[in-house]
Amino acid sequence: MIAAGSGDRCRIGVFVCHCGRNIAGYLDTAAVADYARTLPGVVYVSENHYSCSEPGMKEIGRAIREEDLTRVVVAACTPRTHEPLFRKTCADADLNPYLFEFVNIREQCSWVHSKDRAAATCKAMDLVRMGVAKAALLEPAEAIQVEVTPAALIIGGGVAGMTAAVSLARRGFPVCLVERKQELGGRLHDLNLVYPVAEKADDLRDRLQKNVAKYEKIEVLTGAGVTAVNGFIGHFEVEIEQGKKKLSRTVGTIIVATGADVLVPEGMYGYDGHQVITQLELEAQLRAGTFAGESVAMIQCAGARNQERSYCSKICCFTALKNAMQLKTARPEMPLYILYRDLQTHGLKYEAFLNEAREKGIQFVRYSADDPPQVAGGVIRVRDLNLNRELTLAVDIVVLSTPLVPRHDTRELSHLLRVPVGENGFLLEAHAQLRPVEFATDGVYICGAALWPADISESIFQAQAAAAKAAIPMGQGLVSVEPITCQVRPELCRGCGLCEQICEFHAPGLTILQNGTRVAAINEVLCKGCGTCAAMCPTNAIVARQFTDRQLLSMLTTALRDWHAPAVKE
Amino acid sequence: MAPKKKDSNGFHPRIVVFACNWCSYAGADLAGVSRLQYPADIRVIRTMCSGRVNPAFILKAFKMGADGVLWTGCHFGDCHYMFGNYRAEENYQRLAKILDLLGIEKERYGLEWISAAEGQRWSRIINEFVENVQKLGPKKLGVKS
Ligand SMILES: Cc1cc2nc3c(=O)[nH]c(=O)nc-3n(C[C@H](O)[C@H](O)[C@H](O)COP(=O)(O)OP(=O)(O)OC[C@H]3O[C@@H](n4cnc5c(N)ncnc54)[C@H](O)[C@@H]3O)c2cc1C
Ligand code: SF4
Ligand code: SF4
Ligand code: SF4
Ligand code: FES
Repeated sequence: MIAAGSGDRCRIGVFVCHCGRNIAGYLDTAAVADYARTLPGVVYVSENHYSCSEPGMKEIGRAIREEDLTRVVVAACTPRTHEPLFRKTCADADLNPYLFEFVNIREQCSWVHSKDRAAATCKAMDLVRMGVAKAALLEPAEAIQVEVTPAALIIGGGVAGMTAAVSLARRGFPVCLVERKQELGGRLHDLNLVYPVAEKADDLRDRLQKNVAKYEKIEVLTGAGVTAVNGFIGHFEVEIEQGKKKLSRTVGTIIVATGADVLVPEGMYGYDGHQVITQLELEAQLRAGTFAGESVAMIQCAGARNQERSYCSKICCFTALKNAMQLKTARPEMPLYILYRDLQTHGLKYEAFLNEAREKGIQFVRYSADDPPQVAGGVIRVRDLNLNRELTLAVDIVVLSTPLVPRHDTRELSHLLRVPVGENGFLLEAHAQLRPVEFATDGVYICGAALWPADISESIFQAQAAAAKAAIPMGQGLVSVEPITCQVRPELCRGCGLCEQICEFHAPGLTILQNGTRVAAINEVLCKGCGTCAAMCPTNAIVARQFTDRQLLSMLTTALRDWHAPAVKE
Repeated sequence: MAPKKKDSNGFHPRIVVFACNWCSYAGADLAGVSRLQYPADIRVIRTMCSGRVNPAFILKAFKMGADGVLWTGCHFGDCHYMFGNYRAEENYQRLAKILDLLGIEKERYGLEWISAAEGQRWSRIINEFVENVQKLGPKKLGVKS
């Protein structure tokens, strides 16, 4: 337990960072430090060469102890990268880490006003004054500890879902695997061979299914769907419907592995499902041995990389190569064309298939997006960009390579789990580099084609990554949540219920007191701390911790009251 | 973007900018990392979400002599808290009506969505906003304390 600093005394220390020349090179740090000394509540100011270096942090720790600081303000880079570090520096010196305030004078000052030293210095003084004003009003807080139920829910039983389930069961965690269809396997039910290993899709599916069946810890619910999810990391209450049966499960983490749809190219290139079909339909015919075409042309990017869908679906180029090679191997004399814009054969294996396909005599024709092939009555007219020539190809089957698209029910799932959808309509992970396969919502993870058009091997390693991440809080048994949450001051609440209505996280709830009055309270574990309810409450009854009205208004007031601007040169 | 030396009549406006932690504030950081220059006439107040901004803060800012106030957050669909920015939009629309009634020129306030990846956009918006407020000159209405 870390004390709030001695009593209510406000002894603020300000540390102005030079960041080598990154800050000191563009503004007068000495002037900023001198100015800080004049601010109310400030008892100690120092300039640091590099605040985040070992000596820099030592100096902060020393000053907290020896100067008896009760608030710390660091004017340096950005809280988005360095706040955790300085919070920890405070905690290490026995100052509550939430009595720390960050002032951004690098990313948002020295680096963006680097040709106007006077203006940058004025702005830095104001920003420091605003930070000091907020610091004076900070209150100590404790990270919220939440117990984690060591069990996981996995939604979707394709390659990704099955892999994640096995991966968690092997670590000893119980898993509830919910699959909408009657059988596990996902897209593998529809495919013929799967590249790059050229295994039968059925064999891969059987192997994965057997693997799942080996673990008693995996409860498989097929023909089932999730109808409600409430709660938070560590304690999600899940409602599941399986036929007429209603089940509920409590889990600590959730993995989404719901896969993707394949675009049905209605109205494109004369698509009719007979003479003009999709790769998916071709695979079904190859599986069943019913394919009867004598000559084939495949058109890549059918409905992809256009205005409506700007992304590359990534799997279609190698799928076309795969199926073309199947056909060509069975009937080497068959005329076979692949009409493409750019061939995306990423990785080690797929490029090799491309070379093999060329050797087998498959013809590649490059077309332009502005001048796409025209398909009419078994004849394709296309301008070949490589030869710079109009071609006329007579074929009996046209195969359209259509992209993986977000599942039709993605929005529903997004609402159910309260996770966001990105610009292309796929579910959106928290950060592609810093937090892959996790959602911004703690305790919810994602893998496979639900995230982005992925092939099987990618789906597998994402599934293993998601399982490994989900295993962390479940293994630790406890997670700590930032105490940036809202609280209701009951004496000001008049029970209007607005907060309850607007909160996406179901954190506020109204209760009826014995005398019949209604009053709201916020469940701090559910609250994400956005502060929206605080902005909307008609009686200002809600306090947004770390961003209270008083704190924000005092920053605003002091900014405007004592605004510094460089003297005007006439 | 080149730092435009503006014909500012030497006027340095006082502009308050609200930025949400997850997108627009991060976009501002990226503008910094990319060294995209803009005038030093803004003071940013960070909140976790654009939904945290109470329209009363903005009225207060104008009352205290701000020449302009900009409210920023994530694009729709990107809000870290799902729909905070939709609330911000609703609140902003109501606020804009009041500001209009108070006779505050439209160029002095705005609501802008800027993602964490849009350092360029942050810098462009700030440059334009400051320039527009400079053209208008100091705000005459409002009490100065
Ligand atoms: C024509 C074609 C050919 C392909 N060829 C290859 C290839 O050769 N090699 C390769 O590596 N990849 C190939 N792929 C890609 C491959 O299919 C995907 O990489 C893989 O299927 C992704 O697995 P997944 O588990 O993420 O999704 P899916 O396999 O789509 O599984 C998702 C599962 O989740 C279930 N589900 C969805 N929503 C819910 C819900 N709300 N509740 C419960 N269950 C739900 C679905 O019913 C489904 O069973 C091909 C794809 C296509 C379209
Ligand atoms: S704390 Fe930030 S500004 Fe200071 S030296 Fe470290 S990186 Fe640079
Ligand atoms: S919005 Fe404010 S007044 Fe209304 S119920 Fe919530 S806390 Fe109470
Ligand atoms: S701060 Fe946001 S998450 Fe928390 S109760 Fe208010 S609206 Fe809900
Ligand atoms: S977090 Fe940026 S608008 Fe909500």
